Order: sequence, then C-alpha cells, then structure tokens
Amino acid sequence: MNEANVVPALQTATGPTGAQAEVSILQIFLELLIIGATSFGGAVPYLRRSRVTKLHWVNDKEFVEMLSISQSLPGLNATNMAVLVGEKLRGMMGAIAGIIGICLPGGLLMFVVGIYYRQHGDHAFVTAALKGVSAAAVGLILFTVVSLSKKSLSHNFDLFFIAMTVIAVNQLHLGVPRTLIAVGILAILFHHPRKTQKTGATL
Amino acid sequence: MNQIPALIRVFSYLSILTVGGGMAAFPEMKILTVDVHHWLSFAQLIHLYSVGQMAPGPNMMMIVSIGQWAGGTLGAIAVLIAFFGPTAILAFVVAKAWRKLEKWPWRSSIQQGLAPVSIGLLLAGGLSLAKGAIAGVETGVLAVAVLLILLRYKVNPALLVLASAGVALLIPPK
Repeated sequence: MNEANVVPALQTATGPTGAQAEVSILQIFLELLIIGATSFGGAVPYLRRSRVTKLHWVNDKEFVEMLSISQSLPGLNATNMAVLVGEKLRGMMGAIAGIIGICLPGGLLMFVVGIYYRQHGDHAFVTAALKGVSAAAVGLILFTVVSLSKKSLSHNFDLFFIAMTVIAVNQLHLGVPRTLIAVGILAILFHHPRKTQKTGATL
Repeated sequence: MNQIPALIRVFSYLSILTVGGGMAAFPEMKILTVDVHHWLSFAQLIHLYSVGQMAPGPNMMMIVSIGQWAGGTLGAIAVLIAFFGPTAILAFVVAKAWRKLEKWPWRSSIQQGLAPVSIGLLLAGGLSLAKGAIAGVETGVLAVAVLLILLRYKVNPALLVLASAGVALLIPPK
C-alpha cells in the first residue's frame, strides 16, 4: 500500500504538512548503520528512538505492528525490523540496505574480537574476565524472560507452555522444530478465537 | 578441508530456528558447532556469545567469529549470509501477507500462542548457556545480581556485562 512510488502522489494529495519526502536507499543504509554501531544492549529501543520514527519514516502504529510481526517470525527482532522498515520505504533494495546497515558494525567488531580471542583467550586475565561476562549473559537472558513474560503473556496457563517448551528442548532433546510444532500448535489452539472478542489482549 | 559448505548448511538451518530471538537456536548451535563439527569448544561458544552481548547491533553477531575460525574471511561472510538471509527473505515475503490478515481471527491466536513458546525457547537457550557459564557460587551470584539489578533499575545491559567482567577479575582464582 505504502509503496515508495506512491509517495509523491500522496504528497500532492495531503499537502506539505502530512507529506513524507522519499527516503533514499543510502539514507536507509546510513540510518541503520548508525543504529547498528551505537545500539549497545539491544537494538529495538534504539530503533524506536532513532530518526526512523523521529522523521516519521515509520509512524508509531506501524512500528508496533512491525515489531509484532518481527516477534512472530523466525529471525532476530533487530534484523527483521531492519528488513520491514527498509521494505516499507524502498521495497527490496531498502530491505537489503537496512539489514546490511544494521549488521555491518557489530559483524566487523565480532570478526576482530573473534581473532583476538582466539589468540589471547586462554590468558588467565582474559579467562577470569570472561567468567564474569558469561555469568552476566545468563542474568541478562533471565531478565529478558521475566520482562517478556510480563509484557506478552495473555493467560496464566501460558506458564505451562513455557515449561513444556523448556522440557521438550532441554530434557527430551526434541529440537526446536518439533518442539515448535508440538507445543506451538497446542498453544495456538488454546488461544483459539473466541466469540467474545477480547481485543488488546496482547501488547 | 573446506568448511564453507558445512558452515552454510548449519547456519541456514539455525537461522530458521530463531523464533522469538537468537537464543532459541542456542541449544542446537551448541550441538552442531561444538559436538558435530568441532569448530570450537563449548567454553569458547559461551565466551563468544557472552562477549557478543557487549557489541552493538543484532545480538548474535558472534556467529561471525565462528565462521572466521572455521573458514577465514570467506567463512565469516558465508555464515552472515546463511544466518540472516533465510529469515530476512521470510520477513520480506510474509510481512505483506501478514498485514493483509489483520481481520483474520486466528492471527491473534497465533501471536498469543507463539508468545509462551518463544519465551520457553529463550529460557531453554539460557539454561543451556547457564550449564557452561555458571560454574560455582561466584558466577551464580553474579548472574542473579545482574537479573535483580535489571529488574530494579534502568541500566544498559551492555554496561552491566562489562561491569561483571570487572567484578570477576576481583574474584581470586582457585
């Protein structure tokens, strides 16, 4: 609907106030490159506060919608968001520019870090520091589990589906695909559409 | 031996497992990269993942390091494309269809149903990381401390990971 090529037409229709200037592929790339280089500790909040929303490339409603799509699909939220934002602005080239932009800085950094770690990772000093880093990573994941549970669960019974998923992957070693199909279908059926439409249960 | 085809195979498979986030693929990443292909040890995988939490951008960029170790610069590029390509194409294709399904009642059922499963996958990934990362009282306390601080205060997680490295240096080696 919102293809970039209809934007000029929209501009004349809505006048200067609601107008959205066409965003170039380079602008998309640079904006997401900056986010990719500065978003320490999770890219989505940075994306939300970035010029992507400030310049109204994507409005608030679209952003929430894109985020919920990103979360339902496989793929990292950050890269899915980059694809969706890029796609909305400039189609396929925009999506490619977006994902390359957001991945490039962190990818280059980890390329260098990987080489350095391979050479010096067994030094006592580095090993000691890494122990702390790894423990913190576990704490970080547990925090994400807690905050996501508060935000996105719509029923107490969902805790049971969480437990089933953990048991299927870690105890029964069913693997993600089979777990996803088995528990996922059960959970979706549990949340089947009801006649009394409870809107706004999520988000 | 040329590892590039194996890298592409493994990481494009892991790509589609990342439901709800990269951590969902962690248990299988451990099996495939450590146990099956011996590209690195479990301890190294944990270290790379954890260090990656301090890097900006999408949080699974440590896969680049694995690619680089197993296949050099070409390996790093191959892994990047294999890991992010399939889900990017899926997002590109499905997003349009998904938007059209706005009125479909099962759409919100799917979202509500997938929410606990993706949290479960994240927790499962976190627990298999913990198996290698929590090796005693000190590391256990550190993990819980990070959790509690994040629940109580608004701190940048990357800074907290960095601070934990400093704290760990103060713990005398056994």
